[in-house]
Amino acid sequence: MKLRWKLLLLAAVSLLLVAVYMLTNAGGNWDYILPRRGMKIVAMIVTGGTIAVSTVIFQTITNNRILTPSILGLDSLYMLLQTAAIFIVGSGSAMMMNRNLNFLVTVLAMVLFSGLLYKLLFKKEGSNIYFLLLLGLIFGTFFSSISTFLQVLIDPNEFQMVQDRMFASFNNIHTDIVWAGLAVIGLGVIVMRPYLKYLDVLSLGKDQAINLGVDYDRVVKRLFLIIAVFISVATALVGPITFLGLLVANVTYEVMKTYKHSYLFAASVFISIIALVGGQLLVERVFSFTTTLSVIINFVGGVYFLYLLLRERS
Amino acid sequence: MVVAKNVFKFFGKKKVVEDVSITIPKGKITSLIGPNGAGKSTLLSMVSRLLTSDGGEITIDELDVAKCRGNDLAKKVSILKQANNVTLKLTVRELVSFGRFPYSQGKLTKEDHTYVDEAIRYMELEELENSYLNELSGGQKQRAYLAMVIAQDTEYILLDEPLNNLDMKHAVQMMKVLRKLVDELGKTVAIVIHDINFASCYSDYIIAMKDGKVAKEGTVHDMIRPCVLKEIYDLDMNIEDVNNNKICVYYA
Ligand SMILES: Nc1ncnc2c1ncn2[C@@H]1O[C@H](COP(=O)(O)OP(=O)(O)OP(=O)(O)O)[C@@H](O)[C@H]1O
Ligand SMILES: [Mg+2]
Repeated sequence: MKLRWKLLLLAAVSLLLVAVYMLTNAGGNWDYILPRRGMKIVAMIVTGGTIAVSTVIFQTITNNRILTPSILGLDSLYMLLQTAAIFIVGSGSAMMMNRNLNFLVTVLAMVLFSGLLYKLLFKKEGSNIYFLLLLGLIFGTFFSSISTFLQVLIDPNEFQMVQDRMFASFNNIHTDIVWAGLAVIGLGVIVMRPYLKYLDVLSLGKDQAINLGVDYDRVVKRLFLIIAVFISVATALVGPITFLGLLVANVTYEVMKTYKHSYLFAASVFISIIALVGGQLLVERVFSFTTTLSVIINFVGGVYFLYLLLRERS
Repeated sequence: MVVAKNVFKFFGKKKVVEDVSITIPKGKITSLIGPNGAGKSTLLSMVSRLLTSDGGEITIDELDVAKCRGNDLAKKVSILKQANNVTLKLTVRELVSFGRFPYSQGKLTKEDHTYVDEAIRYMELEELENSYLNELSGGQKQRAYLAMVIAQDTEYILLDEPLNNLDMKHAVQMMKVLRKLVDELGKTVAIVIHDINFASCYSDYIIAMKDGKVAKEGTVHDMIRPCVLKEIYDLDMNIEDVNNNKICVYYA
């Protein structure tokens, strides 16, 4: 019961922030403002929700609360794809100008990459997930290095465009890709449903999960693929933003104090809405666009990360 | 009956378990003894499918452990490892309830709750049932985990050093519970145990391992002898008869 109340409170705060964002400071231009802001809100819910949920899944599988799925190298791959596209075909090309095409190509590449990574790893049964993380880290670093190398070579004007893509932004979201993203995520949720019941057991650790009858390798493989799809969609929508997950997931544990994933998921979605809409309100109304949302998220997330590390040590 | 035939396990190039064939008899307590690093935990992990073997065959009541469905096995055999540390916010009762997962997949029925209640009573954890696991002492945690295994209600129960962290009273209580599980409920229990006197007083059958192989096996009467133990532990022991139990004295 207490958990329900917490959820209700979180929902109420989220709703309030959404209402404030939608309805204040409109300047009378309702027909223009409402759909535009509505779209941003939908995009924030989609990205925030997927990042939060996939971080919670990821941390449950790894039994570690300071890891984020960004360790799988997807953020870096995204940056590499954007940089390489600008380097090879230029900023005026269809790949860069057509957001839909860009979204499609990026999501496909990221999902394909994850698929390959897992194929490589799970071919031998019973492989260690820490090896997967290590491999992801190595690829991630590799991708970042190539991106940096290419960025040094490209024309400074074109670099401006790369830089735009380096930070997550909700300021020019396109309606079409939001819907496409929603569709992909809907599919992911349908695929994910039968595996949800295993998550509570997985949080007891690999051995206990096997003892309790979980087909560990198969379940973990599916969950990793879902994480990959979610992260890919969210990143392709707004840019690299997985750091948000660390912040939201840990605040969720702190607030909910439960191991039950049904509650954790719901709470993490609300908390991510609070973080993103609240952050966006700050960016637009307080800083009047002089800073970006990802700067705020990264700053708050970084401070919180340090706090977690210090607390773990004591 | 658990039967392992010519089982091997390698870690890299190192042979940790080498051509081991054992039978764990039904309805008895079997103790696995042997020095550190002998391969006892590894063998137990293979029997309970936490590790895959690198050769040989392991069956539980004719079911091949490597091929059987995970959830079916979870209703037949349970395993508790040497070290369990959970950082989750979890109460004792919630942990014990996890034991019912193979049956109800997380949606506990009335029957499940009865099993959970019983397991908690069996381990005398009623007063702690709403305490959080991370606030318990090592021994209390150990008992909570055993309660979970009891709630899992499997015919075969495998325990790796269940007396870890327990004081004398609770160690005795634990062994008595295991004895009761076998004598009253007809379970089969296999434990890895270092305290040779507990093994002597409570087990029906003893398997001794050394350097990845079975060094010797037999009844308490066959095993608790100075010459046998000398071979396994490389230590001289006096063995005394106390109240019909064979007690090894080796402290000085
Ligand atoms: N994951 C692993 N990787 C490499 N070597 C391992 C691994 N697990 C165990 N070993 C090695 O296998 C050998 C047997 O280990 P095992 O844990 O089975 O011993 P044990 O008989 O249970 O010892 P103890 O009484 O200390 O618990 C040891 O030499 C150990 O170093
Ligand atoms: Mg051991």
